[in-house]
Amino acid sequence: MAETLLFNALREAVDEEMGRDETVFVIGEDVGHYGGSYKVTKGLYEKYGPLRVLDTPIAENSFTGMAVGAAMTGLRPIVEGMNMGFLLLAFNQIANNAGMLPYTSGGNYHIPMVIRGPGGVGRQLGAEHSQRLEAYFQAVPGLKIVACSTPYNAKGLLKSAIRDKNPVLFFEHVLLYNLKEDLPSDEYLVPLDKADVVRPGKDVTILTYSRMRHHVLQAVKGIEAQGFDPEVIDLISLKPIDYDTIGESIRKTHKVIIVEECMRTGGIAAEIIASINDRFFDELDAPVMRLSSQDIPTPYNGRLESLTIVQPKQIVEAVEKMMTARV
Amino acid sequence: MVQERILPTFQATSAKIDKEEGLRLYEDMVLGRYFEDKCAEMYYRGKMFGFVHLYNGQEAVSSGVIKSMRPDDFVCSTYRDHVHALSAGVPANAVMAELFGKETGCSKGRGGSMHMFSKEHNLLGGFAFIGEGIPVALGAAFQSRYRRDALGDASADQVTAAFFGDGTTNNGQFFECLNMAALWKLPILFVVENNKWAIGMAHERASSQTEIYRKASVFGMPGYEVDGMDVLAVRDVAKQAVARARAGEGPTLIECLTYRFRGHSLADPDELRSQAEKDEWQARDPLTRMEAYLIEQNLADDAELKAIKKRIEVHVEDAVKFAESSPEPSPEELHRYIFAED
Ligand SMILES: Cc1ncc(C[n+]2csc(CCOP(=O)(O)OP(=O)(O)O)c2C)c(N)n1
Ligand SMILES: [Mg+2]
Repeated sequence: MAETLLFNALREAVDEEMGRDETVFVIGEDVGHYGGSYKVTKGLYEKYGPLRVLDTPIAENSFTGMAVGAAMTGLRPIVEGMNMGFLLLAFNQIANNAGMLPYTSGGNYHIPMVIRGPGGVGRQLGAEHSQRLEAYFQAVPGLKIVACSTPYNAKGLLKSAIRDKNPVLFFEHVLLYNLKEDLPSDEYLVPLDKADVVRPGKDVTILTYSRMRHHVLQAVKGIEAQGFDPEVIDLISLKPIDYDTIGESIRKTHKVIIVEECMRTGGIAAEIIASINDRFFDELDAPVMRLSSQDIPTPYNGRLESLTIVQPKQIVEAVEKMMTARV
Repeated sequence: MVQERILPTFQATSAKIDKEEGLRLYEDMVLGRYFEDKCAEMYYRGKMFGFVHLYNGQEAVSSGVIKSMRPDDFVCSTYRDHVHALSAGVPANAVMAELFGKETGCSKGRGGSMHMFSKEHNLLGGFAFIGEGIPVALGAAFQSRYRRDALGDASADQVTAAFFGDGTTNNGQFFECLNMAALWKLPILFVVENNKWAIGMAHERASSQTEIYRKASVFGMPGYEVDGMDVLAVRDVAKQAVARARAGEGPTLIECLTYRFRGHSLADPDELRSQAEKDEWQARDPLTRMEAYLIEQNLADDAELKAIKKRIEVHVEDAVKFAESSPEPSPEELHRYIFAED
C-alpha cells in the first residue's frame, strides 16, 4: 500500500502500460518536456524518449486525427487534452473518425486509443475552461466514455482504457488531481463498464459521477441525519451506462435522484432518465429527479460559480423532498 | 476564364519505363476510367445512391503515385476514392459491391461511395469531410517512424500518400499536418489534386496564393508542381518523393495540375465551368496521351491496347455482376462493427 495522489495514480497507470506494451505512446501539448499540465506524464519523456511521449504543436484536431491514424495502423495512442475543453477543436476527428470509422469501415479498422485529460468546473477558471464535454460527446456512436473519481479507480480504469480495443474518452476532474488514497502495490485493473456502488442503502438511489460523487458523499451525513438510507452509485462509465447495476438498485429503492455536473439540457441525466423510463418504469415510486448544473456558461465570479453547480445542501433537500412526497 | 497556369513540361523520354510498367500504368488508368463510367451508368439506373464523386480525368495522379509505391505502403483518400482504392489493389468487385451497398463490399456495405476502406490493402479510407483524412495519413506515417526509431524495427520503412483537392488546402488540417510532417520528418507524400474547382468555388477565388506547391517552402519541405495529366510526369516526381520518404528524409508536397471531366458529383449540374476550359483540358486526356506514348515508343501496338481495354471492360462488367448478385448485409448485423470484436 502506498499513499498516492490522483495525478500520480494516473501517471503510474500510463507508466505501467507503456512498460508493458511498447505500442503505447502519449501525444499532446506539453506532455513531454513539461510533464503535462497536471503532471500526469511527469518523468515519462525522460524514461521513454521523444517519440513515445510526443510533444505536439497546438493543433488539437490534427494531432487527434494523427492518433486515430496511428491507432488504425497498430499503435495505442494516449491523447492528452491539455484541458478537455480544447477538444472542441478535435470534435471532428473524435466523432467522425475515432467514433464512427470502425463501423463505417465495416470492421476493417479498430481504433484502440484513449483521449484523456481534465474536465469539469474548477475554481474560477471561467466558462471556456470549465466545460463538461461528456454531455456533448455522449451521442457519438462508437465511443466509450469514462469518468474517474478516486485515485484507486483512476489508475485501474486508465489501465483498462489503454488496453481496450476501442476509443475511450477518459474524463478526469481538475479539482480531484490532489485526492489521496492508499493504493495496492500489486497491479490491478478496474473494469470500464461497471458502476461502483459506493454506499449501499435502501431508501433512494443516487446516481452520480466524477467530482459530484464527492458532493453526494458530503450530503450523505445530512441525509442520514434525516433518517434516510441512500444508495450512492458512481456511474464510472457514462457510455455505455451500466443499467444492470442501476436496475438492481431501483428494484430495491424505487426512487432515483441523479446528480451531475454537466448542464441540464442534453445532459447525462437527461439520457439516463429516458432510459430508466424505458426499462424500469414499473419499479418507480416517483419521477426520477435530476440535479444538474445551470444551463449557463460557467461564470468567473466565485459566488455565481458555486450557484452554477450542485451543492451538497441541495442534494440533502432533494432527498428529503422525494422521501416525504406523497406517492 | 482566368489565365490558365502553364503546365510544367516533362521529357517523357526520360521516364525510361519498360513495356511491362508502361502497360501496368496504362491498364490501371483504363480501369479507373471504365470503372467510373460504369458507376455513372449504374447511378442513373438507380443501382447506387448518395453522393458519388467520379475521378474521370484525374487518373494519371492515382496511377502515377500509387503505382510508384509498394503494396505495403499506405494510401489515404477522400470522398473521391474509388480509383485510389483500385490503384491500391482493392478488387473492382469489392469497390463496386460497396457502391451497391452489399455485404461483399470492401466496407461491408456500411461505408458507401465516400467510405472505401481496406485494411488488407492498407487503404486508410475514404473520408467524406474534406481534410480529415490528412491527419489520419500523418498518423500512419508517424507509425512507420515510431516502429523504426522507437521500436528499432529497421524494416519499418512504409510510406504513406495522402490525396486531397485544391479546395482542401485552405483547411487548417492541411497546414497543421504539413508542419508536423516536416517537424518530425515523417515518410509521407501530400498529393494535391488541383482540378481548379472545389464544387463551384474556383481555386483562384478561394486561395490567395494559387500555386499550392509553394506552400511547402515555409515548412522547409520540398514542393513540386507537376502535369497531373501525364502519368509519367507524376510517376517521376512520386518516385523521388517515395525514395526520400523511405530513406527517412521526410515529406514532400506534390501539386498535380489536373481536371475532372465530369461534375463534382453525379448530383452536380456542372454549370459554372466554361466549355472552353473543359475542351482545353479534355484535349489533355491522360489516357490518350499514354496511348500515344506507348505506341510512339514501340512499347505497345494498337491491337494490344485494344485488347487491354476489352479485358478491363469485361472486368468491370464482371464487377457489376458480382455486386448485383451479392447479398445485402443482414438486418441482424445492424449493430455489428460499432465496437471491436474480440
Ligand atoms: C468539412 C467539409 N466541408 C464541406 C464539404 C462539402 N464539400 C465536399 S467536396 C467539397 C469541395 C472540395 O474541393 P477540393 O478539395 O478541391 O476537392 P475536389 O472535390 O475538387 O476533388 C466541398 C466543399 C465537406 N465534404 N467537408
Ligand atoms: Mg478541386
